[in-house]
Amino acid sequence: MATTITKTETFVGKRIRRKEDPRLITGTATYVDDIQMPGMHYAAILRSPHAAARILAIRTDAALRHPGVVAVFTGKDVEGIGPVPCGASLPGLRVPYHSVLARDRVYFVGHPVAVVVARDRYIARDALDWIEVDYEPLPAVADPEKALEPGAPAVHPEWPDNIAFTYHQEAGDVDKAFAEADVVVKQRIVSQRLIPTALETRGVVADWRSGEKSLTIYSSTQIPHLMRTLVAQALGLPENRLRVVAPEVGGGFGSKLNVYAEEILMGFVAMKIGKPIKWIESRRENFLCTIHGRGHVDYFEIAGKRDGTILGLKLKLIQDLGAYHQLLTPAIPTLSVLMMPGIYRFRNIRAEVIGVFTNCVPTDAYRGAGRPEATHGIERMVDMLAAEIGMDPAEIRFKNFVRPDEFPYATPTGLSYDTGNYATALEKAMEVAGYHQLREEQKKARQEGRLFGIGISTYGEICAFGPSPATPAGGWESATVRVEPTGKVTVLTGSSPHGQGQETTFAQLVCDELGVDIDDVVVQHGDTAMVPYGIGTFGSRATAVGGTAVYFALQALKEKIKKFGATLLDSDDVSFSGGVCICNKTGRTVSLAEIAAASYRAAKLPPGTEPGLVSTYFWEPPNFTFPFGAHIVVTEVDRETGAVEIKRYVAVDDCGKVINPLLVEGQVHGGVAQGLGQALYEQAVYDDNGQLVTGELMDYAIPKATMVPRIETDRTETPTPVNPLGIKGVGEAGTIACSPAVVNSVVDALSPLGVRHIDMPLVPEKLWRLIQKGGQA
Amino acid sequence: MTHAITVTINGKPYAHQVEPRLLLIHYLRDVVGLTGPHIGCETSICGACTVMVDGKAVKACTMFAVQADGRQILTIEGLATDGRYDPVQEAFWNEHALQCGFCTPGMILAAKQLLERNPNPTEEEIRHGLEGNLCRCTGYQHIVNAVRAAAARMGG
Repeated sequence: MATTITKTETFVGKRIRRKEDPRLITGTATYVDDIQMPGMHYAAILRSPHAAARILAIRTDAALRHPGVVAVFTGKDVEGIGPVPCGASLPGLRVPYHSVLARDRVYFVGHPVAVVVARDRYIARDALDWIEVDYEPLPAVADPEKALEPGAPAVHPEWPDNIAFTYHQEAGDVDKAFAEADVVVKQRIVSQRLIPTALETRGVVADWRSGEKSLTIYSSTQIPHLMRTLVAQALGLPENRLRVVAPEVGGGFGSKLNVYAEEILMGFVAMKIGKPIKWIESRRENFLCTIHGRGHVDYFEIAGKRDGTILGLKLKLIQDLGAYHQLLTPAIPTLSVLMMPGIYRFRNIRAEVIGVFTNCVPTDAYRGAGRPEATHGIERMVDMLAAEIGMDPAEIRFKNFVRPDEFPYATPTGLSYDTGNYATALEKAMEVAGYHQLREEQKKARQEGRLFGIGISTYGEICAFGPSPATPAGGWESATVRVEPTGKVTVLTGSSPHGQGQETTFAQLVCDELGVDIDDVVVQHGDTAMVPYGIGTFGSRATAVGGTAVYFALQALKEKIKKFGATLLDSDDVSFSGGVCICNKTGRTVSLAEIAAASYRAAKLPPGTEPGLVSTYFWEPPNFTFPFGAHIVVTEVDRETGAVEIKRYVAVDDCGKVINPLLVEGQVHGGVAQGLGQALYEQAVYDDNGQLVTGELMDYAIPKATMVPRIETDRTETPTPVNPLGIKGVGEAGTIACSPAVVNSVVDALSPLGVRHIDMPLVPEKLWRLIQKGGQA
Repeated sequence: MTHAITVTINGKPYAHQVEPRLLLIHYLRDVVGLTGPHIGCETSICGACTVMVDGKAVKACTMFAVQADGRQILTIEGLATDGRYDPVQEAFWNEHALQCGFCTPGMILAAKQLLERNPNPTEEEIRHGLEGNLCRCTGYQHIVNAVRAAAARMGG
């Protein structure tokens, strides 16, 4: 429940309902498909039904004969534009040329082959059936391990081994650690392919103004500015003639942290036909063609002593990349490697990554992006080590945590963890859950033959991307704060929120710094014509980096406000708080609105001061932030059906300082639901021919209201010194923490049957079969 | 070939000539210009397109506009009356029951239908009642809280 606030109170830290919501609860927000323009045309895209095939011929004449069809474009028409960009780089990375439409070959089911432009969206879709394509199907490979076998079909003929890159990282003395270990546990762990499934599919509207030689692209994106730079390059258009607008965006989760063929294509089409063009992705296209997440096969080995000390970790990581690199595809598994040590003190680590091409849609950043895979791995391996030596999973964690006095903590993978109090978070979660009592309940349940499990995950994550030297396109963020002549405040942020609520949290920052009411603040974002260059919203960065930029812009603005105030008060000793400037000698005051009016009227400028009240700040973060927490999940598995019941879900998260606890809880709930989706329900399944079997919401099970338990949230608060607000970020925590906690819980439930590990998703059939076979896989 | 239809939407009469295959959701969005109901799947699974037809929550992506001929339709745009939010809308705002907002118009109408049928639902009944509407952002907990709060406010 939200609280209401009177003007004298501080806004930061309060449960304030969102400024965004009135337009969203009344159906008056404008998403990309809500945009209508005079003369608008509609595009539909013909896509490959084959995972691998040669294109022998394309016949478009039947489609073109229909009076409603304006144009059809195929690969030969778009040779001058593209390619679809990859922004990640690794030594020796093989980058296939990613044309915006297939040329002589298709590489995955859904590969765009032709674009139809029609006067009506129904005719555009009809016309797809009137285009004839002759394909010569080729052998395909959809499984990354099969793709590595000798003689496997080559996804790209020029690289018959299907290897896009290998990456090695090592620290400490791994061989010595394993030689000295009392116990070594090995496990193959799969983090399955997932479909992000933002409820709004992607969509693009492109509008070319030939007189002005300027193109506007409206796209459902998380990164309008990066898109502007990259699409301008792909189209050969000067960047200052392209405007990108992210209108209301209906969820992203990483799937809209990308530049796709369609943005480039629609820009091309708009310039060709001279009319506005709209393309809206169908759900089926969304599943086939928008990036997937995860797609790891991990071979882990953990070395430890009988007393529970972890000595070292080895990992061979096989990343299913799909057929191409999208914007960050090859970078995601390297992020997993960085976070592989989790929040534990061991120093010996060796990781080998193999990036593998398959005839599938590319994988890329999906909520957590590399960290859920790492956390799932380390948290499963720690549990398996504990089981092997007969130690309680909480106990082994307490024994190995990085300690509070060790921060900043240099990890063996080269990161510097800012702050942490890992034991406190776990203690709190155990207290909320009633851990010791739960273990007693478990004993009783087991005596009754019930499969009752308790699972813990103590996660750390890397957020607030990030220092620019370590971030592909720069990791800073921009903010402009403007007090208008009437005293109303406008904030322009380079962040591009799409559900996270920064129109509210940034306004809260402004209210406290400038002493204005929250209704007097408007936060603008997502339009490159309105907002200075920015990086966007992803990697739990918008508040920690974008909010900090707002904070610094406000500090500079306050100095200017004081200068104008001093001039108006004819004083050399003034202070500013609560929305008024006060002369410290006479007590006379002047309000922010009066100061603003005077600053624009500019009749009397303070010495060395320009007119107006505007401040812009580009903030470069000195480090990432490292949130953490502990989740405890209680499950019971039905012996008869294999169904998992989540009896309790306790989430204790530490994301540093909090601006709005209501919104933080919302982020945790949503993150947990997506983690739960991975743990229990979701899997993108390709058959051996590269056909996506889970091609609709009927087959791909994102959680419904009945499939998510009530989540008991609590927090510890360990501020970061990385930014002056002490904020770490919370967008991905729930997802990262959840899946290992659930799987650890279910494995614990089935451990009396001898079960040591189960790969996700833990669907009833899989568990039922395990139970039927007495726990033997 | 087109058909003449007359429909009352949010209390206002509309008359249009429509193709028989035109979906109700496209009629509402593209012809009438009410873009509050959204299209999330086109297969009646996600519920983002939910509207009320003669008082019953219907997924407008699986009904033709011609089937709406002569009927009363309520979309999210018509829910607030005299500038006052419906208690369900107000509760969604207060309880932070939405993030990206894309599912929200359908979710609110589904919740409204649920409360009309069961003014004082349990948590389990709320979750079952909303099973036909998907949300990818909230994890549903705040939505459930909002429906409870609206029920309390409406005296359920």
